[in-house]
Amino acid sequence: MMRRYIFRRLLISIPVFFGITIFSFLIMNMAPGNPVDMLINPNIPKEMLEIRKEMLGLNDPLYVQYVKWLSGLLKGELGYSYSSFASVSQMIGERIGPTLLLASTSLVLGVLLAIPIGVISAIKQNATLDYVLTGLAFLGTSIPPFFLGLGFIYIVGIQLGWLPTGGMTTLGGTGGIGDILVHLILPALVLGIAIAGKKVRYVRASMLEVLQQDYLRTARAKGISELVVLHKHALRNALIPIITIVGTEIPLLLGGSIIIEQIFQWPGIGQLTMEALLSRDYPTLMGLNIVAACIVLSTNLVMDILYAIVDPRMKYS
Amino acid sequence: MSVTKLSELSWRKEAPASEKKESSEQADYMIETYAGQLKRKFFKHKMAVWGCTTTLLLLIVGLLAPWLAPYQPNEVTAAFSAPPSLTNWLGTDQVGRDVLSRLLYGMRISLLIGILTVVMYVLFGSFIGMLAGYFGGWLDMLLMRMTDIFLSFPYMLVVLVIVSVLGADIFTIMFVLALFKWPTIALLVRSSVMSIKQTDYVRASITLGYSTSRILCIHILPNAAAPIIVNATFGIAGTILSEAGLSFLGMGIKSPQASLGNMLHDAQSLTVLTEQPWLWVPAGFVILLIVLSFNFVGDGLRDALDANA
Amino acid sequence: MTLQAEIISRQTKNELLRVEHLKTYYPLQKGLFSRPTGHIKAVDDVSLTLYKGETLGLVGESGCGKSTMGRSIIRLEQPNSGRILFEGEDITHMTVKKLNVVRTQLQMIFQDPFASLNPRIRICDALAEPLVVHKRVRRSEAAREVEALLQMVGLPRSTGERYPHELSGGQRQRIGIARAIALRPKLIICDEPLSALDVSIQAQMMNLLQDLQEELQFTYLFITHGMGAVKQMSTRIAVMYLGKIVELAPTQQLFRQPKHPYTQLLLRAVPSPDPTLRSANEYIHAGDMPSSGEPPQGCRFHTRCPYAQANCGVVEPALTEGEHAVSCHYPLA
Repeated sequence: MMRRYIFRRLLISIPVFFGITIFSFLIMNMAPGNPVDMLINPNIPKEMLEIRKEMLGLNDPLYVQYVKWLSGLLKGELGYSYSSFASVSQMIGERIGPTLLLASTSLVLGVLLAIPIGVISAIKQNATLDYVLTGLAFLGTSIPPFFLGLGFIYIVGIQLGWLPTGGMTTLGGTGGIGDILVHLILPALVLGIAIAGKKVRYVRASMLEVLQQDYLRTARAKGISELVVLHKHALRNALIPIITIVGTEIPLLLGGSIIIEQIFQWPGIGQLTMEALLSRDYPTLMGLNIVAACIVLSTNLVMDILYAIVDPRMKYS
Repeated sequence: MSVTKLSELSWRKEAPASEKKESSEQADYMIETYAGQLKRKFFKHKMAVWGCTTTLLLLIVGLLAPWLAPYQPNEVTAAFSAPPSLTNWLGTDQVGRDVLSRLLYGMRISLLIGILTVVMYVLFGSFIGMLAGYFGGWLDMLLMRMTDIFLSFPYMLVVLVIVSVLGADIFTIMFVLALFKWPTIALLVRSSVMSIKQTDYVRASITLGYSTSRILCIHILPNAAAPIIVNATFGIAGTILSEAGLSFLGMGIKSPQASLGNMLHDAQSLTVLTEQPWLWVPAGFVILLIVLSFNFVGDGLRDALDANA
Repeated sequence: MTLQAEIISRQTKNELLRVEHLKTYYPLQKGLFSRPTGHIKAVDDVSLTLYKGETLGLVGESGCGKSTMGRSIIRLEQPNSGRILFEGEDITHMTVKKLNVVRTQLQMIFQDPFASLNPRIRICDALAEPLVVHKRVRRSEAAREVEALLQMVGLPRSTGERYPHELSGGQRQRIGIARAIALRPKLIICDEPLSALDVSIQAQMMNLLQDLQEELQFTYLFITHGMGAVKQMSTRIAVMYLGKIVELAPTQQLFRQPKHPYTQLLLRAVPSPDPTLRSANEYIHAGDMPSSGEPPQGCRFHTRCPYAQANCGVVEPALTEGEHAVSCHYPLA
């Protein structure tokens, strides 16, 4: 049953993958300009350009172009940048590390913030503390991340001078792990707060549900101390659904990192996106888009399968 | 006619007994009207009431912006980057335009984009979700894979890329923002429709020979409305936030047109950030206020419409 | 010839609905990439005929397929094979557009009166809707017709202004009946219309259905699991077990002389005031109904049958012809 489900889930992802590539290809085709016009010196005569276009297959029908482009894509070729002429896959490869570091740190930070806040507000349901904490969570989801980021830079970075406000390492510094961590704090905090704001609600609801279960009443009736009850019985069961929700945050993180990387000058794919946007470097943009979509697609796949393994109650439908 | 005869007959024969029996029974069911119940639950939620009031105020201010604003938004009124004063309550920007006036106009644009975008994608998403949920089968499979495709792209990234390809006028922005949001509504509506489809009142509508469009629009959709309304309210908040982000990055509404996001764009320069806080702090707070109010309204609606709460 | 038999033989000329070899299966697993692993054979090769003006009771335990049978007849479920002839017209594969015209002659009363009314629509609008949709009345006349309908089912005219949640179960079921008769159909399928109601209201509802039938000449297919209700309502009774009809006979005969052991079991399950009958349950093989996904080989009832012989588990008995039909190798005398 399980293997069958995984197999089906994999099979379903295949048309979705092709849909993603077709969609991206069409958008790229709508973009003004073409590789030849962009790459080549405008002084070259028109006839030469035509020959060049023919060679590159730009006069082929659209579907032929798509198939050629797709076969390149499957080999990991994403084309060449209009502005730097570098290979797009190489550029993305160089910049993805910092983004993954930032994203994963933010995710961990967000969950670490959300769990205690959610649990406390569930335990103190309808008390003042509950209202304050849920209010804070709402503030976290409602504050524009760029505003929060600018605020942090202004107060923590500039007024207080506690933390660096941009880049991944100090200029001219050694670039050790400590240095990177110090630079990581502010951007990760901004993204983490946005995630925590959304997760508090889930943690609280999940915890409330578990707190009402009969087995907790039984545990209490047996005279087990409240703290042990919460820790051993409630929390563990409340956290299973929370962990699986984490997967849904991946697209948000990949999208949100663009703004954050821009503000904090973090040298990841978010900043690469901005550079490409400003120079209208469409091959790079498309490459980024496809890579991001594939990351999302595969994390969703993994999450669904993990969920099926973790939660035996799930129906295989 | 014989029909009336019968009705009188059955009326006399059993109505008194049944009336007596059932009117006492009826007392238990006469709780309060659905609308009354919603109102009571919603207004019990203090933050929702606050959000509702603020939202209304913001909408009024947005509507009346041309009359409330002391200056035209693009009018050069005083010195460049002048700090707040009696004539320019929130100071002026780098080309001498009144910040307060631009703020009011920017708010108007943000609210407009937020609401219209959500209307667009809610209509389209509901339509798709309804088709998928009601007809099922291969159509459902096809439409669901389509939503999978759209949901695979990270929202901010794909919106930025497509806006840069298509150009950043206000309608394109709304279109692109909506283009990647409808799948969430479609999924929501699909699952509601799938469960409502199994109810006896829909079965009864089928046996009564109603047309499919009538069944969908009159008997299914209104009963699936609650989660759509909640999602749409949160959606307005989210869309306003996304548009602000887009404009902040310089890819959304462009200067000289005022928008809350592009007012913060300039704060990326260190001088503005540290020495001219009136240029970005008010705009940031206004975005926060709008988004927070819509989120509170959404939360209140969710609690009120949730049958279990 | 008994009086009942005579009535029935006269009715043969007035056939309203004929179901031939109807099969409705539910696949056990559905999906584009997975083949169904099996079928729930909810209705498995059932044939029956309804005559004008009669009430055919369809009884059986829950899960025997009787509701699916009712739904298949009105095409709420698409049968896998077989034919449904309504007034001689084959409606099994009729297009929805044509079917919607036929459905005005063919109505249904549902089991749960709390689920069968749209919670957002006022009673008067729910009752006027079929009339307006099928252009039976002009919009301006709808109110008067709704009033007449409410009176016919014994409800005050003020009920029209109410929403379903303001009514009791009994009142709602009356609305369900009013809606079903609004178009003056010929056949009404009553899908367990009593089982969600209080016992005191059940009797009223049966009276109402019978009065309406007398006055408006309806034909009923009365689906129920209660032997008491079916005895009061029906002219003939069909007993269903695991998707098949095992016995079909005029009501009196069936109660006086059941031929199928399963019918006997059902009759004995009815609480009886006679204490000598109560102890009879002892020799009935306990246990649940087998799954209709994998019905037993041979006679489907042999796993629970007290009289089962060796060949019962091998050869499936056919339903006999005639007024008192039974499908059993060793029918009771």
